[in-house]
Amino acid sequence: MADSSALVDMHDISKVYQMGETKVHALNGVTLSIEEGEYVAIVGTSGSGKSTLMNIIGLLDSPTEGVFAIRGQRASGLTGRQMADLRNMEIGFVFQQFNLLARTPAWRQVELPLFYANVARSASRKRALEALAQVGLAERADHRPDELSGGQQQRVAIARALVNRPSLLLADEPTGALDTRTGEEVMALFEKLHEEGLTLVIITHDQEIAERAHRVITMRDGVIVSDSDAATTTASGFRNGLSGAAPAPLPRPVAIEQDKEKMYEAV
Amino acid sequence: MKLFRYFPVAVDSIAANKMRASLTMLGIIIGVAAVLTILGVGRGASANILDEVASQGTTRLTISPSTESEGEGAGAPVQTLTMGDVRALSDAAFHPDIVEVVPQYGGSIQLVAGSNNKQTRVTGTTADYAEVHRLEMAEGRFLTEDEIAQMSNVIVIGTAVATDLFERTQVVGESVRIDGEPFTVVGVLKESGNAGFGSNDDSGFIPIGAAHGRIFNVPRYRGEYIVTSVSANAVSEERVEAAERQIEQTLRLRHGLGADDDNDFTISTQASLLDTIGTVTNTLTLLLSSIAAISLVVGGIGIMNIMLVSVTERTKEIGLRKALGAHTSDVLLQFLIESLVLTLLGGLIGIAISYGLALLVQRIPNFPIDLLIGVDALVLAVGVSASCGLIFGLYPALRATRLDPIEALRYE
Repeated sequence: MADSSALVDMHDISKVYQMGETKVHALNGVTLSIEEGEYVAIVGTSGSGKSTLMNIIGLLDSPTEGVFAIRGQRASGLTGRQMADLRNMEIGFVFQQFNLLARTPAWRQVELPLFYANVARSASRKRALEALAQVGLAERADHRPDELSGGQQQRVAIARALVNRPSLLLADEPTGALDTRTGEEVMALFEKLHEEGLTLVIITHDQEIAERAHRVITMRDGVIVSDSDAATTTASGFRNGLSGAAPAPLPRPVAIEQDKEKMYEAV
Repeated sequence: MKLFRYFPVAVDSIAANKMRASLTMLGIIIGVAAVLTILGVGRGASANILDEVASQGTTRLTISPSTESEGEGAGAPVQTLTMGDVRALSDAAFHPDIVEVVPQYGGSIQLVAGSNNKQTRVTGTTADYAEVHRLEMAEGRFLTEDEIAQMSNVIVIGTAVATDLFERTQVVGESVRIDGEPFTVVGVLKESGNAGFGSNDDSGFIPIGAAHGRIFNVPRYRGEYIVTSVSANAVSEERVEAAERQIEQTLRLRHGLGADDDNDFTISTQASLLDTIGTVTNTLTLLLSSIAAISLVVGGIGIMNIMLVSVTERTKEIGLRKALGAHTSDVLLQFLIESLVLTLLGGLIGIAISYGLALLVQRIPNFPIDLLIGVDALVLAVGVSASCGLIFGLYPALRATRLDPIEALRYE
């Protein structure tokens, strides 16, 4: 790969869906790399390919063509089991609709990734409560979704995404189902977590949300049309061999690791 | 073990849908309860019959003349079992394993006492009959050797006969007329308590000589009165087979049967009777249980139906679990164990219901049949309901694993 130190590394990724007779190019030669500790927003209208991009980054989908690697591991060589384990350990998902289990107390929701990571029940309860404290919901651990407000539900979902200490948090329209004020609270929480060292990728069509990010990637018709990080520029620039403009690693990885340790020790 | 971690998940999910879960379990509950109850009734009935048969002695052999006629157009079969055979079988020197040989000649005839009369089965027999058939007396005594030898006009009657003729059971010394001849009642048999198998409540016993010579118009074969059957007692349960061989040998010889001829008599032992009863009750129980088992299958299909609904309904949950790192096997096991828990729970409730019925039946006085539920039936019930859960849960669980996480997450 061009840069094995990148957390997410995509090279010339295409995704084609067969819709009956016609082929739909959801992604058309996307090259992108995201470093550890970045705060990235991927924006675009619906149908721009941003969701497909997120699914590929989140290992929920695999590209038709191109090379995708996460933490230097090529996705194409992974079995379904290994992909599930990577989703479990490396990636935290936050969805627009929260996707909480009905009639289940908050701490049990947060515990779910630990269940699939085979963490013993006694330890997993403790870690779930820690994660809930981290999003400010320590008091609400036993509440069920229908007893929580939308913002609180999204925070439970964020605690669930964090509980297995992933390297990457993928949020798909995380404020889409919230009013402006609670949306603001959730974004503040994301930014606090980013400050603490978490890599954050937010998919949104909301320009205001996008502008808060340190790097904004705009997509249209399956290609990246702009990338605010000048170093990586557009996909076409990369493809043309402008290697001098190859992504400059952020100067923080070591510090991030330390921060991350601190972060978990603190809770 | 990781497998056990799915049980709380399954219990949570079932608890979240209590109404639906209990309706689903109903099929399994009814199926298991029906199978267990029917098995229990079958077993109780057969135990009852076997008890009664055993109470009449397990050493008894009964010899009856064959009813088959020989060859085409042979007409009425010639009855060859006679008093001569009885005397021969009584010779202990040739029959060391036989202790008592009791001839019987019975028929249905009217008993009259005053203005009352009753059609009754009257059997001419000997004093040993009471011993061989384990008769117990309520009043008086059974026929004696002297009365047999003298062909006295004495009779022993069952309680039903006594009450019908005299409206009481203390009737020793009273007189009963049979075919115009007066017979003195010397004893009344103890009531056997039910109208079932082997009851003598509705019978009378007179000396064999009186039956042969005066009451019944009994034909002779080679100069000897014929009998309707002969009972014998073997010395012990172990010697029943030996006794059977000795009887067969003597009778074949006396009846002049060649090596190729079939026996013109049949010997049945209590053991063979027990076998026959056992086979009949087992067949019946099997038949009824199979019908009940159909409801188990129906219950299982109900489980499959609900699990399929549940998988569709929880599509989004499945997508989420996959996104959070669930392996295909995790999803499979989750749904499989959920249906397993449903069926096992249903099975346990079904067992509880059939046990409750069994206890209830025990409390009803004089209820003819006990409900006997054995450990093997329990194991069967639990095993069948568990395999129902696994078999009928497999398809929905496989459906769940095949869901694409992206589609599943998007599902509304």
